[in-house]
Amino acid sequence: MTTSAKSSAGEDCDIAVIGGGVVGMAVAYGLARAGQAVTVVDEGDVAHRASRGNFALIWVQGKGLDMPDYARWSLQSSNLWRDFAHDLSNETGLGLAYARNGGLTACLSEDELATRAGELRRLHNSAPDCGTFEVLDHRGMKELLPDLGTSVAGGTFCPHDGHVNSLKLFSALHQAVLVHGAAYRPNADVTDITPRCDGFAIHTVRGEIRARKVVLAAGLGNARLAPMVGLVAPVRPQRGQIMVTEKLQPFLRYPLGTIRQTDEGGVMIGDSKEEVGYDTGTAHEVLAAIAARAVRVFPLLERAQVIRSWGALRVMSSDGYPIYDRSVQCPGAYLVTCHSGVTLAANHATVVAAAIAGDQWPTALDVFSAARFADVSQAA
Amino acid sequence: MGEGNCDLLIVGAGPAGMRAAIAARDGGLSVTVVNEGMRPGGQIYRGVQTMPHPLVSVLGAEYAAGRALADAFSACAMRYLSHTAVFMIEKRDTGGFEIGVSSGTTARMITARAVLIATGALERPFPIQGWTLPGVMTAGGAQTMLKASGAVPSGPTVLAGTGPLLYLLAAQYARAGIKLVALLDTTPTANWRAALTALPGFLVSRNVRKGLRLLREASAHPILRNVGGLAASGDGRLEQVAAQVGGREHRFVAQTLLLHQGVVPQVNLALAAGAAHHWNETRLAFEPRVTADGESTVAGLFIAGDSAGIAGADAAEHRGLVAALAILDRLEAPDREKRERVRSQARAALAKAMRGRAFLDRLYRPAPQFRMPADDVMVCRCEEVTAGEIRALTARGAQGPNQAKAFSRAGMGPCQGRGCALSVTEIMAHASGRDPGDIGHMRIRAPVKPVTVGQMAALSASEAYGRK
Amino acid sequence: MFRRLLDVPTTIRVTVNGRDVLAASGDSVAATLLLAGHSVFRRTLRSRQLRGPFCGMGVCFECLVTIDGQSGQQACMVPVKDGMAILTAENADG
Repeated sequence: MTTSAKSSAGEDCDIAVIGGGVVGMAVAYGLARAGQAVTVVDEGDVAHRASRGNFALIWVQGKGLDMPDYARWSLQSSNLWRDFAHDLSNETGLGLAYARNGGLTACLSEDELATRAGELRRLHNSAPDCGTFEVLDHRGMKELLPDLGTSVAGGTFCPHDGHVNSLKLFSALHQAVLVHGAAYRPNADVTDITPRCDGFAIHTVRGEIRARKVVLAAGLGNARLAPMVGLVAPVRPQRGQIMVTEKLQPFLRYPLGTIRQTDEGGVMIGDSKEEVGYDTGTAHEVLAAIAARAVRVFPLLERAQVIRSWGALRVMSSDGYPIYDRSVQCPGAYLVTCHSGVTLAANHATVVAAAIAGDQWPTALDVFSAARFADVSQAA
Repeated sequence: MGEGNCDLLIVGAGPAGMRAAIAARDGGLSVTVVNEGMRPGGQIYRGVQTMPHPLVSVLGAEYAAGRALADAFSACAMRYLSHTAVFMIEKRDTGGFEIGVSSGTTARMITARAVLIATGALERPFPIQGWTLPGVMTAGGAQTMLKASGAVPSGPTVLAGTGPLLYLLAAQYARAGIKLVALLDTTPTANWRAALTALPGFLVSRNVRKGLRLLREASAHPILRNVGGLAASGDGRLEQVAAQVGGREHRFVAQTLLLHQGVVPQVNLALAAGAAHHWNETRLAFEPRVTADGESTVAGLFIAGDSAGIAGADAAEHRGLVAALAILDRLEAPDREKRERVRSQARAALAKAMRGRAFLDRLYRPAPQFRMPADDVMVCRCEEVTAGEIRALTARGAQGPNQAKAFSRAGMGPCQGRGCALSVTEIMAHASGRDPGDIGHMRIRAPVKPVTVGQMAALSASEAYGRK
Repeated sequence: MFRRLLDVPTTIRVTVNGRDVLAASGDSVAATLLLAGHSVFRRTLRSRQLRGPFCGMGVCFECLVTIDGQSGQQACMVPVKDGMAILTAENADG
């Protein structure tokens, strides 16, 4: 195993990936598979890890309502996921509980349904290549979800949606990067990054790592790291609260945007969108609202025991879309940050990793540059 | 104030909670006591107000002494919520707390200006091969059967482990005429050397006479000392217990195996409320960081009794009183000067009750192989995760129990780590050469007690009583 | 596997997996089952292992049973009441 930090002497690698979450690990996996000597630099056990608290959807419907390129990007990853999951499982021997049966959004009133359908139609009309969807009335929903409550007016179905056990994904990615010879350096918080003529010196609390290239995939930490290599990452935390029930007999064949049953039987119920800074706590008013809605969608949930609740922080840019960037000022430095690390994992392991490894930046990624935030790039 | 609001909410009605309630009522506070059990007493004085006389003599004089406290508590005009569990504590921005309580099919929020956690102790995990088999229970669980139902094991029974409670139960069974197949003492002989330095303090404590009496009574059972290995086996339920002493293995046919290797603070509620904890290397447990008055790092949240660090029932009572006096100060109750005399008496009594504790802590420190078992032994009973899986994840780079939880599910089941958190932390610390305090305790989240989605849905506002 | 030291009136009638069982006031559901000879309460979901009461004080969640249709109840924390229908792993897991 390659986990002990050779801190005092320092170490050399082709590419250092900063961040050991699902985003960083997916990029590292793609790079290591392509034969690069990769070192993943990670924080300690207590860190803001969306990878440990996310909702585990691989989701297309409703993505990119104001940015069809993001809708396309999400659909592309969803399409790549089957092969990605297959390879990852084969290479690690770990199951991911990946399924792509389509996903649903439940609407509790005719108004809610009309608004939802209108949004998806608008997106579809502006970008017909962004996938398909169906609007279902109560009966249509009930055919797919026999335990549906009577207060559901209808909903939308998208065949491109799916889900995965994201903790199994997270663990498999960690296993896979080691299988492919990458090094993993935990408890090595990055204090500074110094650009040098032949690459970068990454200063960590556990010593220095030298790399030809550096990939910033540190989630909310990117905001601090990016300026060190001439980039900007205007990201902020946005809290989502989730609860999970005891393990129940399987009753839910399709994931919903806010309710899904895991392969282990527990039902995850979420999510809120709160601007509360770095507070990862929970608040009973929010949990109550989430629970009340879930019981209306599936009345059988009323008597299910809640095992745990948590708050997790999304990594949000100001328009909510990902940021992919390469540094002009410090060639060899890259930025990868988004809030849908599970959905986009397949893209990150393939398209984004290939772009970083081969120095070929596809034009499809240009639209995700932080340059679109005119005010912050000037400020930087 | 609404019906559910109070000055002080106390969680638990053991010695610390009961004494604190009496003192806080004396000082004029409105007090709500939330108790998971039916009657006051906690685990130690469970059922003491209604115990039939023949059972009182089996349970002993120390137990009977709890009656006076429980009666004074029942008479002190606090609001008593029996069969009620606290599943979350939230600090309000405007000061004070909102406390989620559940009872039967209802759940609701109560507001309080201050909170005292007095939830006591739980038995330290005792992971051995076969400890998940039906028929294997904790000694504390068996003692609860005795106190609550006057029940004792009916078939061949082995009692194994270390610590005062082990010998107390052995003595109680002897008084009841029950003969164990074996009493397997796992106290490492090396512990005596470490304990000797603390012997003088122990000799002047009231525990000496009590301890010697228990040892004498327990000698009615066949005792095997210096047991270095234990395993339970059976097909779908316990059939056999194996014990290693030196190089020899002893086998016992048994229907019941009762395990015990000391108690540790119940920390889940305080952890979920955000109180900081530290590792106590002598007691091998996480304890909340509290002031001499019992205030945690969350202002207004106090912790007393064994949930603040194991010290026994007498000390718990005094710590409950000291905490209540500090809470009265905090809430600016009148007659502060009058409290000073009570406070100094309580502190003196507490110091006296703590005598001998260091000796017990050292003598009954469980051996490493019973805290960090072999690779094939299950440590997380809920999610069925072995010690070997935790070691493998540590080798792969998992930094601590939260990452290990994400990778293995250890600690994710309904018990929320109560049965495995210490094992996981110690195994990871040992495997990575780090300090358990540095590794830390896995993060604990609300609800810390069972509550349904429907009950959660009913919490939309404070004081909104839950519908079904 | 457990017996009472004293004779107490057992006036509470419940069913365990459909069969009548008597209990005394103050008994928990777990005590009722243990005194009636049930040591297996549930199966684990991962490997279908048999489990029974362990801690007896609401900590370990090993004694989960179904009571009057509500699954996931801690048998050691629920006082037995007349007419309760209790299901253990014998019947509860289908």
